[in-house]
Amino acid sequence: MLQWLPENVSTFGQSVDSLFYAIYYLTLVVFILVMGTLIVFLIKYRHQEGKRAHYIEGSTTVEIVWTAATTVIVFGLAMLSYPQWNNIKSPTQFPENPDVVVQVSGKQFNWDMTYPGPDNEFGTDDDLELENELHVPINAVVHIRLTSVDVIHSFFVPQLRLKQDSLPNRFINVWFEATKAGRYEIPCAELCGFGHSGMLGYLNVHTQENYNAWVQERWPQ
Amino acid sequence: MHDNEHASHHHEESFIRKYIFSLDHKMIGKQFLIYGLIMFFVGGGLALLFRWQLAYPERPLPIIGASQQYMDEGEVVTGADRMWENIYESEKEEWLEVNMPNGVVEPAFYNMLFTMHATIMVFFVVVPILVGTFGNFLIPLMIGTRDMAFPILNMLSFWLAVLAAIIMAIGFFVPGGHAAAGWTGYAPLSADPQWTGVEWGQNLWAISLLIQGFSSLVGSINYITTIINMRAPGMTFFRLPLVIWSLFIVAILLLLAFPVLSSALALLIFDRLAGTTFFSATAEGGGDPLLWQHLFWFFGHPEVYILILPGMGIASELIAVFSRKPIFGYRSMVYAMIAIAFLGWIVWGHHMFQSGMRPGLGSVFMTTTMLIAVPSAIKTFNWLGTMFRGSIKFTTPMLHGIAFVSMFVIGGLSGIYMANTPVDIFIHDTYYIVAHIHYVVFGGSLFAIFGGIVFWFPKMYGRYMNDVLSKIHFWLTFVAFNCTFFPMHILGVGGHMRRISNPMQYEFLQGFEGMNIFITMSAFTLGFAQLILVFNFFWSIYRGKVAEQNPWQVTTLEWEAPTPVPHGNFGQIPTVYRGPYEYSVPGEENDWIPQAQPEHAPATSGD
Ligand code: HEM
Ligand SMILES: [Cu+2]
Ligand SMILES: [Cu+2]
Repeated sequence: MLQWLPENVSTFGQSVDSLFYAIYYLTLVVFILVMGTLIVFLIKYRHQEGKRAHYIEGSTTVEIVWTAATTVIVFGLAMLSYPQWNNIKSPTQFPENPDVVVQVSGKQFNWDMTYPGPDNEFGTDDDLELENELHVPINAVVHIRLTSVDVIHSFFVPQLRLKQDSLPNRFINVWFEATKAGRYEIPCAELCGFGHSGMLGYLNVHTQENYNAWVQERWPQ
Repeated sequence: MHDNEHASHHHEESFIRKYIFSLDHKMIGKQFLIYGLIMFFVGGGLALLFRWQLAYPERPLPIIGASQQYMDEGEVVTGADRMWENIYESEKEEWLEVNMPNGVVEPAFYNMLFTMHATIMVFFVVVPILVGTFGNFLIPLMIGTRDMAFPILNMLSFWLAVLAAIIMAIGFFVPGGHAAAGWTGYAPLSADPQWTGVEWGQNLWAISLLIQGFSSLVGSINYITTIINMRAPGMTFFRLPLVIWSLFIVAILLLLAFPVLSSALALLIFDRLAGTTFFSATAEGGGDPLLWQHLFWFFGHPEVYILILPGMGIASELIAVFSRKPIFGYRSMVYAMIAIAFLGWIVWGHHMFQSGMRPGLGSVFMTTTMLIAVPSAIKTFNWLGTMFRGSIKFTTPMLHGIAFVSMFVIGGLSGIYMANTPVDIFIHDTYYIVAHIHYVVFGGSLFAIFGGIVFWFPKMYGRYMNDVLSKIHFWLTFVAFNCTFFPMHILGVGGHMRRISNPMQYEFLQGFEGMNIFITMSAFTLGFAQLILVFNFFWSIYRGKVAEQNPWQVTTLEWEAPTPVPHGNFGQIPTVYRGPYEYSVPGEENDWIPQAQPEHAPATSGD
């Protein structure tokens, strides 16, 4: 089933995928065991003339065993996930000194990208605003200041394994590092009105040379 | 033992007293059932409309029979036009050009469709049937009493639900269309008409849910009081059937959870009509959109367990009865439900992992959510344990019980993916969630409901449902259900967002067109299969085979009452001598001992 996952092109995407696979195999095994048991029981213990059910009220030992086993498994999963989650979403854990900082603002029904320009400060003359086009270099740490001007939107790049709601009047930071050049879609994943379907931006991951050329073109020295 | 002196209850009642403003818990239960079935068709019809759009985006619906829907749609298209006029005046021409073909489900209408589909299914189908029907019908009968503690409140509860449904229905016809912000009504989208163009639709949505909340509140007070105070002699708490336990716990959850929704709805109405800014994020207002999400999910997660617990209770009855065995670990089943009821209050944040809530909180909520998977697993194992070394009869209710367990396993396991914060980053707000919801609520609750209807029908109406039709309905539903909803997991893994009207607008979703078509065809089959249920239901009320008093040879008290059950239920209130699941007790002649059978008395047969 997991071959349907879009290709992963971010550094942390691999950890998301590994967890996805781990849970997939785990649940698959549980599913097969439970369903297998069920089917065996249904066949073996079907009603037969002259055969009576056995009066069994339960077993404390068995209850304790399966409660403990389930608890251990789900907590094991949780333990595996904390660091990955923090790595992706906790601002304190982000790689420092980003190569690129961009503000992305959701607006019914577009993504507005704002680059701070060479002075690295937002709100100055050299800021660059682009509609629905995000340009970043490959293998570089990108920080995104996510916000919105109207309702809640959600910044989703399937190939980066990144999704984050954007909220009006708040700035939420996310980061990523793309590992493959290309043009990827940025759908909005949170219902935001009648134009929600089709609210779509593009992430352009450039090779370093192409990115430099793009910067050169935008902010000629 | 059955005919009786309880004459005062037997006087002839007027038609209105008996069928409309009835105070009898059984009639109110049946009223809720009819109500739920009608709303089930409304909600299902809406779903089929938007499924059409998903499979064949932008193509007009064929005018097959469903001309009514077609006409509705024509209207809504004009409503949407007005909306665009207000908001994007200059773009109107272009809009007309692109979207005018009549009969096409255009995006604003699409949003309204799925919003109302979910709202109706959750608040007007599953809760009314599980809690309203089974709660009302079963509680007095199974605990051995003559009626609810507060019959007039009970009637009020039903008629408030009718009022809520009428108000909800009016919303479809107001200018601007009905609510279109999702059943979760996230603010600020829902809080200000400027974002959606929906004016009174959203207000009526909120008002209707407020009233539905009152209805549930009144009902739950009644259930709690009745179960605590009116159990038959000998009916201790640990002799209650599990379905009564589940309804008891659900009543407490309803009592505590609904006021939270009501407060949130009241604030939403203030925001919309009185200019407050509780949920809007303007700098000067001081409100916060996330406040809505916290309130909604603080209610919403207990609510989803309200949707499943009675289903678990019903399934437990069916599995014990038709395996002819005691429930494996009766007490552990009860404790698991209590654990779910407690833990249900501290997991709401798992709906908000990607909402902008602090990531640290995400980890906390992942932990509690993982915890709540444990009692769910325990229950599943106990159902298997109940079948172990049983003598399983594959009656139609049992088929539904088995379906419940297997579908719940899938829904529970898919919950683990989403509880896992890093994985949820990818699958949040995709069809994976939609698949999960439907495996637990349709695969779980609805199969339990169907099973419960077939099982208790003989007690409700004194007749059997036609078994051939019931079996056809079961198998068609089971297959079509899985064909409809299983592939949605795959869509979710592919990143297919939920709540989008046209997946073909996205490059990365191009590969899913065929799957969407397949899902839609399965969904239509699924919808069609439900017609069989309804036909069978009404046909059997009048024409079904007449049922004996206790056709399935069940131990619990409702089967002690004569069929059809008279006003007042029992001739003489039964006394309870044992637990509810005394099946296949060694050394007994029959493989079941009724709860009301005195110790050491000769076993009675099922008359
Ligand atoms: C093993 C137990 C379960 C776990 C671990 C679990 C976990 C979750 C999680 C984490 C979400 C949020 C996913 C997201 O939006 O990203 C979710 C959504 C949901 N769950 Fe469950 N769940 C479980 C059982 C149930 C049950 C029993 C029901 C109801 C009968 C249920 C109904 C829902 C619904 C309706 C939603 C979606 C709400 C929405 O966004 O519209 N779940 N579940
Ligand atoms: Cu959106
Ligand atoms: Cu939840």
